[in-house]
Amino acid sequence: MRPFAYARPTDAADAVEQASRNPDARYLAGGTNLVDLMKLRIESPDLLVDVTGLGLDAVEESDGVLRIGALARNSDVAADRVVRERFAAVSQALLSGASGQLRNAATAGGNVLQRTRCAYFTDVSKPCNKRHPGSGCPARVGEHHNLAILGASEQCIATHPSDFAVALAAYDARLEVQTADGIRDVALADFYLPVGDSPDQEVALQHGELITAIVLPAPPPSARAAYRKVRERASYAFAIGSVAVVVAMDGDTVVEVRVALGAVASMPWRARRTEDMLRGTTASPEEIAAAADAELSSAAPLPHNAYKVPLLRHLIVSTLSELTEVGR
Amino acid sequence: MTTIEQVAAGVGTSTTRVEALDKVTGAARYAGEYPLDDLAHGVVVTSTIGRGRVVDVDADAVLALPGVLGVLHHGNALRLADAGDATLLLLQDERVAHHGAVVALVVASSLEGARAGAESLQVTYAEDSHDTQFAAEHPDMFVPDHVNPAFDTETVVGDVDAQVSAADVVVEATYVTPVQQNMAMEPHATTATWQGDDLTVYDSNQGAASVLQALVKLFGLERSQVHVLSEHVGGGFGSKGSARVPVVLASMAARILDRPVRVTLTRQQMFSLVGYRTPTIQDVRLAADSTGQLTAVDHLAYSQTSTVLEFAEQTAVVSRMMYATPALRSRHRLVALDVPTPRWMRAPGEAPGSFALESAMDELAEACGVDPIELRLRNEPSVEPESGMRFSSRNLVACLRQGARSFGWHDRDPAVRRRRDGRWLLGSGVAAATYPARSAPSTAAVTAEPDGGFTVRVTASDIGTGARTALTLVASDALQVPAAQVRVLIGNSDFGQAMIAGGSMGTSSWTWAVVDACRELRSQLVGQVIPPEGITARADTAGQVKAMTKVARHAFGAHFAEVAVDELTGEVRVRRMLGVFAAGRIVNPLTARSQLIGGITMGLSTALFEESLLDHASGDYVNHDLAGYHIATHADVPDIDVSWVDEVDDEVNPAGVKGIGELGIVGVPAAVANAVWHATGVRHRQLPISPDRVIAARE
Repeated sequence: MRPFAYARPTDAADAVEQASRNPDARYLAGGTNLVDLMKLRIESPDLLVDVTGLGLDAVEESDGVLRIGALARNSDVAADRVVRERFAAVSQALLSGASGQLRNAATAGGNVLQRTRCAYFTDVSKPCNKRHPGSGCPARVGEHHNLAILGASEQCIATHPSDFAVALAAYDARLEVQTADGIRDVALADFYLPVGDSPDQEVALQHGELITAIVLPAPPPSARAAYRKVRERASYAFAIGSVAVVVAMDGDTVVEVRVALGAVASMPWRARRTEDMLRGTTASPEEIAAAADAELSSAAPLPHNAYKVPLLRHLIVSTLSELTEVGR
Repeated sequence: MTTIEQVAAGVGTSTTRVEALDKVTGAARYAGEYPLDDLAHGVVVTSTIGRGRVVDVDADAVLALPGVLGVLHHGNALRLADAGDATLLLLQDERVAHHGAVVALVVASSLEGARAGAESLQVTYAEDSHDTQFAAEHPDMFVPDHVNPAFDTETVVGDVDAQVSAADVVVEATYVTPVQQNMAMEPHATTATWQGDDLTVYDSNQGAASVLQALVKLFGLERSQVHVLSEHVGGGFGSKGSARVPVVLASMAARILDRPVRVTLTRQQMFSLVGYRTPTIQDVRLAADSTGQLTAVDHLAYSQTSTVLEFAEQTAVVSRMMYATPALRSRHRLVALDVPTPRWMRAPGEAPGSFALESAMDELAEACGVDPIELRLRNEPSVEPESGMRFSSRNLVACLRQGARSFGWHDRDPAVRRRRDGRWLLGSGVAAATYPARSAPSTAAVTAEPDGGFTVRVTASDIGTGARTALTLVASDALQVPAAQVRVLIGNSDFGQAMIAGGSMGTSSWTWAVVDACRELRSQLVGQVIPPEGITARADTAGQVKAMTKVARHAFGAHFAEVAVDELTGEVRVRRMLGVFAAGRIVNPLTARSQLIGGITMGLSTALFEESLLDHASGDYVNHDLAGYHIATHADVPDIDVSWVDEVDDEVNPAGVKGIGELGIVGVPAAVANAVWHATGVRHRQLPISPDRVIAARE
């Protein structure tokens, strides 16, 4: 292991100042991903700026808006009463991820910044355009059974591993970011960058910027929500397909619907075509099926992940059907 | 041969492990934990090419790093003699036979320093093209001379083709199993130290005597110069059945650097260096009359080996002894690829072979319209089908009948796709289990101590199974004294030759020698006053084992599984399992139950999760950690129940025991696959039955 310096800043501004000074600084929060990446030599920071002493771990509701401190532990967020009652898909997503021990350590901010678990990314002896731009992507012809079917490029077919981020996408979450010049705000939808030709550029954060909170606007009145995840064993595995749905009905009519898909793209994938087609409809089985197909028509599966198309179609259809049925 | 008498609290009494307190308090030391003065740490460097040779190792740059003591590579390594296992001839030449092969060892005064050195070591290769494509039609497929360990590669009884032509019903199918990895909780590790020309290793293995033999040959030593100590071992499954990389490299480095050296494999390195279960492709043909009476069994198994060592899995051997049939053919084909060497993994042969045979039997039951249990009863042989030998005992029928009663099989509707629980389709399945009940020569010594206690010394190995405790109970009965008076010392090659904890032969082989030594001691003790040094009796069963009558000796069992399948998500959940076994005398019901449940759990993993994925471009098994290589979690393991039928077998060994280390896993994947068929009407002939395959089968 490469030796590194370790700093414990006093507040968020101090953290940003210390990290900004060193181009090879990384923030350390729960450490559940970063420390693994360091052991695997995917990350070799000069300086670890430990932000766990900064507080920033409150989970608060005000006028229906939920504010999750970036350092709130996954298990605390999942267990929060307001989260469970008003943002159920967030709680469900968190509880479906990792293990109890990891959830006790992992933080909300760190969760959305997780790196892909693509087998080529996690092995420094292999080429990977995300680690070494231009070195190639062996996954396309190699092992890719749990890699992307949407929004990928020739350069990279990695998936984002987070369950939490999928639920956040369905709640139209925004991130609060401490910068050298103060606080800024970015929509989660703009936070994850398209893969394109630069899979190494993953998120809209400048070096040294620190996520301080995740803000979820009040869901539409009478909204129902759910997160459903499929994985290769009953527990302690990343999704091979997941869906978060937030839907609000007025009688038989869908007034608002948000659908986010997990394990299919480099980011939590908003199924906006599905949403657009369903808004204003009665969400009949035919309409739901057509809306799911519309989103998945742009899928570009490879030989070993073609199963994800019917899997995601089923997850979208069954979750939407259940949530809209209950509301009638 | 006579069986031993039983005393209170001896054999047959549930007894917690004698070393349990040491283990749960951390007092039990494992191979990589011995604190020696001046200990150095070695970290293995493995090849990143699929085949070729090492052109240059830039040792100087690494030697300049703080704390680095040495860089061993093919240019400076000790010359080793062949010990009959080419995978142990490490750093002897520049050849790279596969991805993940050993190319260097970096030794430093700290583990961190060694690791940093290993990570920065620049190795230059000349790369050749590699071939890692396992396929039945591979042009280099050949007929191996024999299959593991020494079975005939082909056997033929009767005329299979004629019987198939004349049959009312024929089932013909191909079954596929993937590479499965030996992932013992404790990684392979060795702490090695030399005193002059004497070598002592603390090593994680399944047989200290076997490791001693390898070290004697590799390093050209006398047996008396080598001491292998393996008091506690954290799992093996076969991957520690003989010497592995760490003991060779640690011993070599300690010799060169003249100080103790420890080498522990990383989890990732285990995927290419400890021996995995070969992938198999199996063509099975069963022919029967309309009642399901078999007229032919034809089993052709393909597997892979490396270019370093020929290991031929005995996949089709299970078909030679399972069901009565006038025509029986079993054959093996092998191809040597540029892959890591496959070796033993829990029930080599029987585990993959029974998936094919027991699935095919289920297909035959379906084709004949006969209940799968009834089908097996109709084909129960009176003698071992291939050899014609009588069985020392065979209680498969009793296992099936008792299991059917306990599991509630008689209410089962044979129709598929009939049962639903919400989104889940439900089904149940059955499969038979079997494993040979063999014994191998072993020695043991028992000493009557002046304080009234008894000390047993046998080079046995307790890899977590409870062997030490089982030996204590057997010795207690054989000596006719309470177990508390018996101290069993194991895992020390100084105690002499003994069988490894492998092939389900440990307990049967060791207890034989222990019982003999105890019996001898009791006769010596009559009327004796015990001197300060005690009175010791020794036994060596080599002659008796060699003189054993020719009888077919096997353990049997029956597995029952109930599964739930969501075809739309591809999820398969096992809801409950039952295993009923006939395995001779059960020495310690507590640990036997645990070991059988462990085997079933591993079989469940095999059925649903385990698959080592090869990246053909690099030649590497890429999901090479336990995040990517899935085994069952607690949430996957349902209500598993095991029981056994009373079985007295005087012909296996004096203690009347049959091994149970492997029996539990055999047949489980077929029972699960058969249950998935019952639930869905879809026959899964490829393992694991993962969501992508379930979804693809429906699409």
